[in-house]
Amino acid sequence: MAPGFPKRSVWLIAYTLAVTLLCVFVFTGNGLIDTAAFLALLVPLFIASDFDKCDPRVGMPVFAFVLLCALPIIGMRNTFYLDVAIQVGIFAVLALGLNIVVGFAGLLDLGFIAFFAVGAYLWAIVSSPHGAALLGVGFPLQGDAFFVVAVAAVFVAAGTGALLGLPVLRLKGDYLAIVTLGFGEVIRVLANNLDKPVNITNGPQGIAAIAQPLTEVAGALATTTAPAFKWQALIYYAVVLTLVLVAVLANRRLDSSSIGRSWLAIREDEIAAQAMGIPLVRTKLIAFATGAAFAGTMGVLFAAKQTFVSPESFDFNQSIGVLAMIVLGGLGSIRGVMMGAGLVTILNLQVLKSLSAGLNHLRATGFEIFGWSFANLPTQFEPSKYERLIFGLILIAMMLYRPRGLVPAQRRPISAKNAGRVS
Amino acid sequence: MSFQLALELLPPTLADGLILGLLYATIALGYTMVYGVLGLINFAHSEIFMVGAVVAVELLTYVLAGSSLHPVAQLVLAMIVAAAVSAALAGLAERIAYRPLRRSNAPKLAPLITAIGISLFLQDAVRFVESLFGQFIRPFPSMPFFDIPLPLTPNDSVPMKSLVILIVAGAMLAGLRYTVNQTRLGKAIRAVATDRMAASLMGIDVNRIVMLTFLIGGALAGVAGTLYALQFGRVDPFSGFIPGLKAFTAAVLGGIGSIPGAMVGGIVLGLIEMLIGTFVPILTNNAIGTEYKDIFAFGILILILIFKPTGLLGRPSTEKV
Repeated sequence: MAPGFPKRSVWLIAYTLAVTLLCVFVFTGNGLIDTAAFLALLVPLFIASDFDKCDPRVGMPVFAFVLLCALPIIGMRNTFYLDVAIQVGIFAVLALGLNIVVGFAGLLDLGFIAFFAVGAYLWAIVSSPHGAALLGVGFPLQGDAFFVVAVAAVFVAAGTGALLGLPVLRLKGDYLAIVTLGFGEVIRVLANNLDKPVNITNGPQGIAAIAQPLTEVAGALATTTAPAFKWQALIYYAVVLTLVLVAVLANRRLDSSSIGRSWLAIREDEIAAQAMGIPLVRTKLIAFATGAAFAGTMGVLFAAKQTFVSPESFDFNQSIGVLAMIVLGGLGSIRGVMMGAGLVTILNLQVLKSLSAGLNHLRATGFEIFGWSFANLPTQFEPSKYERLIFGLILIAMMLYRPRGLVPAQRRPISAKNAGRVS
Repeated sequence: MSFQLALELLPPTLADGLILGLLYATIALGYTMVYGVLGLINFAHSEIFMVGAVVAVELLTYVLAGSSLHPVAQLVLAMIVAAAVSAALAGLAERIAYRPLRRSNAPKLAPLITAIGISLFLQDAVRFVESLFGQFIRPFPSMPFFDIPLPLTPNDSVPMKSLVILIVAGAMLAGLRYTVNQTRLGKAIRAVATDRMAASLMGIDVNRIVMLTFLIGGALAGVAGTLYALQFGRVDPFSGFIPGLKAFTAAVLGGIGSIPGAMVGGIVLGLIEMLIGTFVPILTNNAIGTEYKDIFAFGILILILIFKPTGLLGRPSTEKV
C-alpha cells in the first residue's frame, strides 16, 4: 500500500461504492430498508469531510461522488430521496445563517424563521396569480425571475433583519431572545391576518400556484422514463447544492475575517470587546443581517419548490428546529452545523415517519414481544407527532453532556501575519 | 364612533383588562423572582404555568366535580394541588437542567437553551398524556357559581370569577411581598439576588435558596394557571406559550426583578391590550382586527426596551466587569 494512502481510505471508498450499488440496484420498495440504505449513503459525507482524519485527496472525491453522482441517481429513481436531500440543503443553509447569529456572534435569535418567511412570501407574492391581482400589470413574474428575486431577497431579508436589529441589539442577550421570539410571532400574525383590508398574504389559506424556475429546461429534458417533475427536482437539487456551497464558503470566510473575529470577541465578552474598540451595535447588526440574508434567499427557494406558502410553515417549531440543528451539531462549527441540519431534517422527514409507520404496522398485526402485544399500544403513540418532545430532549441533553455539540468548533489560532486569510 | 358608545364600552373593557393584567402579573411574578435571583429567563415558566392549569382542570373535572364542596372550596383545593405540582416541576427543572450548568463551565447561552428544551418537552409530554385520555383541549368544567353576575355599572356586570381572580391575585402579591421583605427566607433571597458569592460567604446555602425561589415561582404559576383556566374556560398544552410571553413582557415593562414592578407591568399590559383589542377595530372599521393586539403588546415591549430598559419600577443596573 502506498504511503499516505491509509487503509481507512480504502475502506471508505469501498463502503461508498458498495452502498451506492446497493441503493441503485436493490430498491426494495420497503420504506424502512430503503431509508436505511439512503442513510448509509450519507455516512461517507460525514467521514470524508473530516480533513483531520481523512486525507482530502481521498475525502474530496468521495464527497463529490456522493453528492454529484450517487444522490442524483438514486433521486431520479425515487424523487422522494431527492426531496429529502433538497430539504436538508435548505435547512443546512438556514442553519448556517443562524450559526452566524448564534454560533459566531452569540446572539440568541428565537424568531429566525421569520426571515425565511419574508423571503418565501416575497417570491410567492411576485410570482403567483394572487400577487398579480395585488400588484397589477407586469405580474406575476415568470419563473426566470427567480434568480433575480433570490438575490433581491438577500437584501430584503437583510434589511428586515437590520430593521428589527437596530432597536433591540443594544439589549443584553436574554432580552434579545424574547424580542426575537416575539418578532417571530408578529410575522406569523401578520401572515395570518394581512388578507384584509388589502389582501397581501391571503391569510391562513396561503398563496398557491407559485411559479417555478427553469420549467422549460425540465420540460425539454423530459422522457417517458424520466418525466419533467423528476428533472425539476434535479434542478432544485443543483440549485440547493450551489447555495449550500456558497453558504459554507461564506461562513468560512466570515469566520476568519476581521468581522468574524469581532463576533467571536463579542460572544466571549462584550465589555472587553467594546474596550478593544469593537463597535457593538454595528457588529451585532451585521451578524443579524447576514444571518437573515441566508434565510431570506432560502425562503425564495422554499416557496418556489413547494409552489405554495402558508403561515403554518413558519411557526415557532421551525425556529426551534433550526436552533436544535446548530446546538446538536455544535455552535460555531460549520461542519457540525451541516451535520446537525442533516440529522434533524432526516429525523423529522424520514426516521420519525418510518418509526410511526413501523409501529402502526406492528400494532395492526398484533406483534408480540415478551408476551406483550403491540396491539395494546395506544394509537396516540406516534413518534412523528412529537417532534417538540424530541427537540426538547436534544436541546437539554446536548447542553448538559456535550455543550459544544457533536462536532465542536475548533479554535483556530490566527497569527498577525496571516490575519484575514482563510486557513 | 360615537362618544356614547365609547363610554358604554369603557367600563367592561377596563374590568376585563384589569383581570387579564392580574393574570399576567401572577405569571410574571415567577419570571421576575427567578430573574432577580439568577439573572436567568426561565423559559420553561410558561409551561409550568400550563401544567398547573391542566392539573387544576383535570382535578375539577374528574375528582372534585361530584363532591358536595362549595365551588370556592373546590377551586382552592384545585389551586393547592396545581401549585404543588407546578412547584415540584419547577424544582425538578432547576435540579436537572439549570443547576448542573451553573457548576460547569458551560457556554453562556446554555441555561437559556435547556430552558427552551424543557418547555418544548413539557408541551409535547402533556399533549401525549392528555391525548391518551381523549381530547387534549380541555374545557373548564361548568361551575355556575363563578358566572353569577356582579353589578359593575347600571348597565354592566362582571362575573363572580373576576372577583375571585382579583382577591387571589391580590393575596398572592401581598403574600409574596411579605415573604420577600419581612421573613428570614426573604432576606436570604434578597442577599443571593444582590451577590451570590457574598451571600454564600455569609453562610447562605445558595443552591437551597435558588431551589426555594423556583419552588415559590412554580407554586405561583400553578395558582395562576388555575385562575387562567377559570377565566378563559379552556386549556391545552400550548396555552402557556403566549401568556408566558406576555407575562415576560409585563415583567420587563414593570422592571424585571421587581415584584411590585411585575404587578404594575401586568396590569398596564392587560389594560393596554384590552383597550387596543376593543377600540382599534372599531376606530379602523375592522381594518385592523383584534388579532393585532399581540403585535401591539410586543411593540410595547420593544419600545420599553429602547427607551427605559430598566422598566417602570426597575432600578438602573450598572454593568460589572
